[in-house]
Amino acid sequence: MFCQECGKRPATLHFTKIVNGEKTEFHICESCAREKGEGIPGTPNSFSIHSLLSGLLDFNSPSSAAPESTPHPVHCEECGLTYAQFSKIGRFGCSSCYSAFSDRLDPLLKRVHSSTTHSGKIPKRSGGQIQCKREIEQLRKDMHSYIEQEEFENAAELRDRIRELERKLAEL
Amino acid sequence: MTKHRFSEDALSDWMRGAGPDSDVVISSRVRVARNLRHQPFPLLATGEQATEVLDQLAEVSLSGQLNAYGSFDTILLSDLSELDKRVLVEKHLISPNLANESRGGAVILSEDEAVSIMINEEDHLRIQCLYPGFQIGEAWTLASGIDDIFEEAADYAFDEKRGYLTTCPTNVGTGIRASVMMHLPALVLTQHINRILTAVTQVGLAVRGLYGEGSEALGNLFQISNQTTLGQSEDEIIENLHGVAKQIIEHERAARKRLLEESRMRIEDRVRRSYGILSHAVIMDSKEAAQRLSDVRLGADLGLLKDVTPQVLNELLVMTQPGFLQQAFNEKMNAEQRDYRRAELIRGQLSGKNDHGGVEQ
Repeated sequence: MFCQECGKRPATLHFTKIVNGEKTEFHICESCAREKGEGIPGTPNSFSIHSLLSGLLDFNSPSSAAPESTPHPVHCEECGLTYAQFSKIGRFGCSSCYSAFSDRLDPLLKRVHSSTTHSGKIPKRSGGQIQCKREIEQLRKDMHSYIEQEEFENAAELRDRIRELERKLAEL
Repeated sequence: MTKHRFSEDALSDWMRGAGPDSDVVISSRVRVARNLRHQPFPLLATGEQATEVLDQLAEVSLSGQLNAYGSFDTILLSDLSELDKRVLVEKHLISPNLANESRGGAVILSEDEAVSIMINEEDHLRIQCLYPGFQIGEAWTLASGIDDIFEEAADYAFDEKRGYLTTCPTNVGTGIRASVMMHLPALVLTQHINRILTAVTQVGLAVRGLYGEGSEALGNLFQISNQTTLGQSEDEIIENLHGVAKQIIEHERAARKRLLEESRMRIEDRVRRSYGILSHAVIMDSKEAAQRLSDVRLGADLGLLKDVTPQVLNELLVMTQPGFLQQAFNEKMNAEQRDYRRAELIRGQLSGKNDHGGVEQ
């Protein structure tokens, strides 16, 4: 069976959707699926094709061997690890793999950790900027709660500290 | 014979100190995983790259930057015999992965063996801190302090969104694995253990046996650790583990109290029977040893056996492992010979500490 989008490559992804008893089927190849992204007709936004793909390409999935036949498999420029290799061994090759596979990681991390974003320790030396940003964020929140409680003097004090930090951030 | 101090003593110095809640919690451990930004992870590193990582990280210790935390010894895995490696694994000072699979692997050990820093394990750097008893917060504080020192010397792979980047996606974020080793004989005896362990896994914690992933819970020893590393801060992770462990401690103590009240004679019989067998048996396999030692530990904690110290039991926990036995008797052994030597060692250890046999006269 060929892909119903491009008609050239074999269809490797098959969807069956049943909404209110009405059945719709898609048969597409992986590269069209990736191009189409969220655009598969009738698919709700939250259920993007990317998240489906990552789910499929997750560890040990036998259907994940497909990328070898596609012209440009997703891979890390730094160490050369392909996404297919990653999903097979479940290990990254270097720190750049995280940005190379970034859009596919959210569903995986969500499943493993129920979260996608770090909120813990930050390295002191290299993370000064991040630390500064986090502090500003926190101060803004505090400032708004002061404003809501009409404690304007306290809010003004925080506003000045935020400005100071923003100047510091620009220098970093 | 071996030139390394660590393989002569079964008990690391840090284990000699008594920790809080040590009637239930044997030890607390925190491990932190870090990587260097500009090097491929150990999985894909060439021999040359592994050596670069090793040199850069070992320098931190060799140049004395860790001195505030005691004196450290850097040991290359390539300089160790298979037996030495095995003993280090049995003492929890290195992981089986570092012992068997690493290239350019090394361990930086503190003198009391409370800190062990692995280089070129699955990640470039793994800092592990061990404390006796229930001191998980203290272990994190120490690990974090050592982490800061390495961070001054090395560019860590860190991402604003994902946190500390690790080889395995299950460690990304904080890179922290905090665990407590608990002795839970009364919960096992009263068959409440499964209910509790199921509840534990539902609040994001994992349960394993004495030697980590995939190992059996021998001798009623359970290792409870955080399952996830991303999303929560280190303090939240530690607090969660602390809170759950605290509850398990209370449950175990309540179960022990009930056992004493409701079936004191049967418990006392069980404990003394095990003590008798350990002090007289000629053949002892590792499984039976673990179970009997658990009984004796329970007896000591309940005050039913007066003369057995927790220290002797902790020592025996490590001494009865295959690598350490081989090391102690300095000979190669098959399983049958090991069971014979194990019995001999336990007999000696129990009677050596007390000529009266340890039971109240």
